[in-house]
Amino acid sequence: MRKFLLYITILTTGFVFIGRLFYLQVIDTSLVIRSQDNAIKVVYDYPQRGYIYDRNGELMVSNQPSYDVMVIPRNLKPFDTAEFCGILKLSREELENKLDKARIYSPMLPSVVIPQLTKSEYAILQEKMRKYDGFYIQKRSLRDYQVDHSANVLGYIAEVNPKIVNDNPYYISGDLIGRAGVESYYEELLRGVKGVKHIQKDRFNRDIGPYKEGIYDTLPEKGKDIKLTIDSKLQEYGNLLMQNKRGGIVALEPATGEILALITAPTFDPAELVGRKRSKNYSKLHYDTISRPLYDRGLLAEYPPGSPFKTLNALIGLQEGVVDTDDAFSCNHGYTYGRGRKLGCHSHSSPLTMIPGIAQSCNSYFANVYRRIIEKYSTPQEGMDAWNKHLKSFGLGDYLGSDLSTGRSGKIPDAAYYNKIYDYPTYKWYSTATLSNAIGQGEILMTPIQLANMVAIISNRGYFYTPHILKEINNNPIAEEKFTTKHITSIEEKYYDPVVEGMHQVYLNGTARSLQVEGIEIAGKTGTAENFAKIDGKRTQLTDHSIFVAFAPVDNPKIAIAVFVENGYWGSRYAGRIASLMIEKYLKGTITRTDLEKWILDPSHSLEPEYEKPLSGEPFQINI
Amino acid sequence: MSKGNAGFDWLSIGIYLILVFFGWANIYSASLGSGTGSYFDLSQPYGKQALFIGLSLFLIIIVLSVDSKFYQRFSSIIYLISLLSLAGLFVFGKTISGATSWYSFGSFGIQPSEFAKFATALALAKYLSDIQTNIRKLSHQVRAFIIIALPALIIIPQPDPGSALVYAAFFFPLYREGLSGFYLVTGFSTIALFILTLVLGPIYVALGVLLIASFIFFKKRSKRPGRALISIFALCAIGLSFSVSYIFENVFEQRHRDRFNIVLGKEVDSKGIGYNTNQSEIAIGSGGWFGKGWTEGTQTKGHFVPEQHTDYIFSTVGEEWGFLGSATVILLFVFLLIRLLILAERQRSQFNRVYGYSVIGILFIHFLVNIGMVIGVFPTVGIPLPFFSYGGSGLWGFTILLFIFIKLDSERLSF
Repeated sequence: MRKFLLYITILTTGFVFIGRLFYLQVIDTSLVIRSQDNAIKVVYDYPQRGYIYDRNGELMVSNQPSYDVMVIPRNLKPFDTAEFCGILKLSREELENKLDKARIYSPMLPSVVIPQLTKSEYAILQEKMRKYDGFYIQKRSLRDYQVDHSANVLGYIAEVNPKIVNDNPYYISGDLIGRAGVESYYEELLRGVKGVKHIQKDRFNRDIGPYKEGIYDTLPEKGKDIKLTIDSKLQEYGNLLMQNKRGGIVALEPATGEILALITAPTFDPAELVGRKRSKNYSKLHYDTISRPLYDRGLLAEYPPGSPFKTLNALIGLQEGVVDTDDAFSCNHGYTYGRGRKLGCHSHSSPLTMIPGIAQSCNSYFANVYRRIIEKYSTPQEGMDAWNKHLKSFGLGDYLGSDLSTGRSGKIPDAAYYNKIYDYPTYKWYSTATLSNAIGQGEILMTPIQLANMVAIISNRGYFYTPHILKEINNNPIAEEKFTTKHITSIEEKYYDPVVEGMHQVYLNGTARSLQVEGIEIAGKTGTAENFAKIDGKRTQLTDHSIFVAFAPVDNPKIAIAVFVENGYWGSRYAGRIASLMIEKYLKGTITRTDLEKWILDPSHSLEPEYEKPLSGEPFQINI
Repeated sequence: MSKGNAGFDWLSIGIYLILVFFGWANIYSASLGSGTGSYFDLSQPYGKQALFIGLSLFLIIIVLSVDSKFYQRFSSIIYLISLLSLAGLFVFGKTISGATSWYSFGSFGIQPSEFAKFATALALAKYLSDIQTNIRKLSHQVRAFIIIALPALIIIPQPDPGSALVYAAFFFPLYREGLSGFYLVTGFSTIALFILTLVLGPIYVALGVLLIASFIFFKKRSKRPGRALISIFALCAIGLSFSVSYIFENVFEQRHRDRFNIVLGKEVDSKGIGYNTNQSEIAIGSGGWFGKGWTEGTQTKGHFVPEQHTDYIFSTVGEEWGFLGSATVILLFVFLLIRLLILAERQRSQFNRVYGYSVIGILFIHFLVNIGMVIGVFPTVGIPLPFFSYGGSGLWGFTILLFIFIKLDSERLSF
C-alpha cells in the first residue's frame, strides 16, 4: 500500500490535468474567440469612393475627408466627459446614450460615436485623443457634390443600418453605403473594396506588428469612376424650369437609350445629405408628405398618359389593318356611343384623317380607331389582348429594367383585367366600356420615363434600347447586354411615318404651334389628363395634368422627351413650354425663345397656389 | 566508474533532455519580440537559457563522474552549506520583485533555495537510512521534521512561500519509510475541512462532522477506535472549521483570500485579480487540438500572460502546440515520475530509496502546483515547472537533484 500512494497520486494528477486541458482546448471554444478579441485588431482601410461625371466629363460628385469618432466599449477607461462633450458639442446624456448603444451592439467591436466630423472639428479633438482610451478616429471619405441638382439621380450615401450589417458580411457598423440613385445601384462599382489589416496587439493594446506577417491582409481597391449618360447642364436647366411646380422630366437619346435628363420637382440640394446634418435634413425631407421631395416623379409617378397615348392607338390601328391613313372620321364636338354617352372633343374641322387627327388630337377619331381594333376580333377579349400585346412590346405595363434603383410598372389593362372588374361571364363587356383607353385615360397608367421611351420608339420608327444612366466605367464604355440589345416593337417600321408626320404637324400647326423654335424641327404631342384626389373622403377632380412628349430633330432624332407637370392644365401650357426649352437647350446650347423661358420662370406662374387648393379645406375651382 | 555499475537509466535521461529542449523552444517563443532573434543572444531570456542548458550538461557530467558514496558521505556537509547559503541571503541577498532570494553576480543571479532541495533530500536520506533511525518513533519523527523544516523556515521570510511549500514533498519518502498513515489522514482531513468550510461555511461543516462522528461512535467496539478519540477528533474538526473563517478573514491577506475565492468559484473575477490565470486559460484554450504553431501564438506574442517564460511557460505550450503538445508534456512528466518510482523501488539501499522518493516528491509537487495554477485548478503559487521554466538556478537545481539519483541508481548494485 505504501508503495502505491505515489503511483496513484501521480496518475490521478496526470489524468485530471489532461481532462482539464481537453476541456479548455477542445471543448470550450469560447476561449479562441476571446483570444482573438484580446490579441488581434482588425483595421479597415477604406478606399476612395469613385467619382461621378456627367456625359460630357463634367465632375458631379467627388470626395472630401471626414473623421468618425469610434469607440470600443470594452477598452473605455474613465475620462473627462465634460471636456469630451465640450469638444464635440454633445450633451452628457447624448454621450451616455451613444455609449450604451455601442455597448449593446458589441462591447468588443467598434461603433461610431460621432460620425463625420469636418477637418476643423477633428483638429481640436486630435490633440486630446490620447486621453480617451477606447476611442479612436476612423478617417472616411464623404461625398463632395459639385452640383446642387440631380439629387434624385445621384442618390446619397449613409451609414449602413443593422439589417445590412446582418445580411451582408462586407459591411460593419459605421460603414457607408449608397442609398437611392446611382450611389445605390452602382454601390459595388463606386465603393471599391476596403482593405483589411490584422494587427497583433500586446497586453497594453499596443500594436506590435502584423498578424502572421499579414497573410490575411488585403489591400484596398479604389472605387471606380463612372460617367453617367446625364447631361449636367440640361439637368440643371430642367431643374430651374421645374421650380415651383411638381412633376417630372425624362429625356432620352433615342439611338442609344441613354438618359439625358431625369428631373423631378420639387427636389433638394444633394449636399444636404452629407455630414453631421444629414440625419436632420433627411428627416425633414422624409416627413414632407405634401410635396414629397424624396419621391422621384420621373420614375415613380404613374399618371394617366392622356393624348400622347393616341399615337400608340394610331400605330396599332395601322398594324392591325383596321384603319388607313386616309380613312376619315367625323367629329361633332365628341363621339357619341351607347345610350347617349359622349366622349367630348374640342372645336376643330371635321371630318379628319390620321395626320390631322393626331395634329388636332381629335378624341372622336381615336374612339373610332380604338373600336375598330377591339372589334376586329370575334370577342372583345381577343381584341383587348391583341391591343395589349402591341403595347407590351413598347415596354409598357412592366418595369423597364433600367439601371435606376427605383421604378414602377405602370398599368396596361388586358382582357383578364376587364373580365374581373365586369365579373365576366355573368356580365359581358364590349369595346365601348373601355373607350377611355382610346385617349389615354381610363385604366392606363404610365410613368414619365415610360412616356419618354414611347416617344423614343416613335422617333426610332420602331425600336428602343432599355433606358440606362451609366455610360462609362473608368473610361470604358459599358457593354452590358441588357443595355446594348435592340428591342423591336410589334409595329412595322412603315406605319411610323404617318404618326411621326402627325406629331410634326402638332408642332407646325396643331396644338403645339405656339412652341416653335427656329431651326429645330420638332415632333410632339400635347396631353391634358384629368385627375382626381380624395378630399375628406370625396373623390374630387383637380386641375388637369399638363403633359407634353416630343422628339427632335424629326429626321435625325437626338432627344426624346416627356414632361409632366402636375395640375398644369392643358399640355402646351406648362409641359409644352418646358419641353421646347429643354430641346432647344440640348440641341443649341442657348435659348432663343426667351419669351417662353420668361413665362415659365415668372413667379406669377408658380403652381404653388394650385397645390394649395385641395389643402385649403375650402371649395375651389379647377382648370382656370 | 566504480564496480557494480548497472548503467545509467537512459529513459529518464532521454525524457529529461526532451523536456529541457522543448522548454527552451517555448521560452524562445515566449520571450521573442525584442533582441536580435539570434538563438544565443545573451541579452534575452532564450539566449541565457541556452547558456544555462549548456552549463547543466556540464554539471551532469560532473554529477555522474563523482563516486556515489560521496553523496551519502558528504550529505550533512552539503546540507549545512545549503543552510548557510540560505541564511547568508539575509546579509548579502539581492531583492528581485520583492523577494530577497538571490545572490547577484553581474547580470546573473543564483537562487540558493533551488539548491537547498537536493541538499535537504540528501540529508533526509542520510538520516532515515541510519540504522538507528526508526521513523515510527516520535522523537525521530521530530528530528526528520527539523531537517525538512529548517530550510523551509529560512525561505518563508525571504519571502518565498511558494518555494517553502515544496518541502511538503518530503512527506512522500517519510510515508514510504513507515510514517503513520495518521499524518496522511489528518493532513488530508485538515485540507478538506479548510476548503469545505470556505465553500459551505462553518455551520454545515460542523453538522456534517457531528453526523459522521456519531455514526462511527455507535458502531461496534471492535470496528471503531476509542470513543474518547472520536470525540476529540470531532471537537478538533469543529473547532478547526470555525477557526478557518477567522484565519481566512484575519490572518490571510486579501490577495491570498482572492486567490482562493477565484479558484473555488466563490467570486466572479471582475477586478482582474485572476488576470494571470484568466489570460493563461485563454492562451491555452485558444490552442485547440493542434495549436497555432511555434512562435505563432497571438497571446504569447502579445505577452498577455505575465511571467510567461518562467512560471507560466506551460501556457505557451498550450497555445502554440495545442492539446496534443500540452497533453504530451503532461504525459512526459507522468512517465518520468513513474519511471523514477520504478527506479526508487528497485534500490537495495534505503539511502537511495529515500533520496529517490524525495526527488519524485519534489518534482511532483512542482508539477502539480505549477500546471494546476496555469490551467486554473489551483490557486496562484509562484513556483517553476521543472526543466521547463526559464531560470539558471532552477534548471541546475533540478538537474543536480535528478542526476544524483540517476548516479545512485547506476551504482545500486554496489551497495
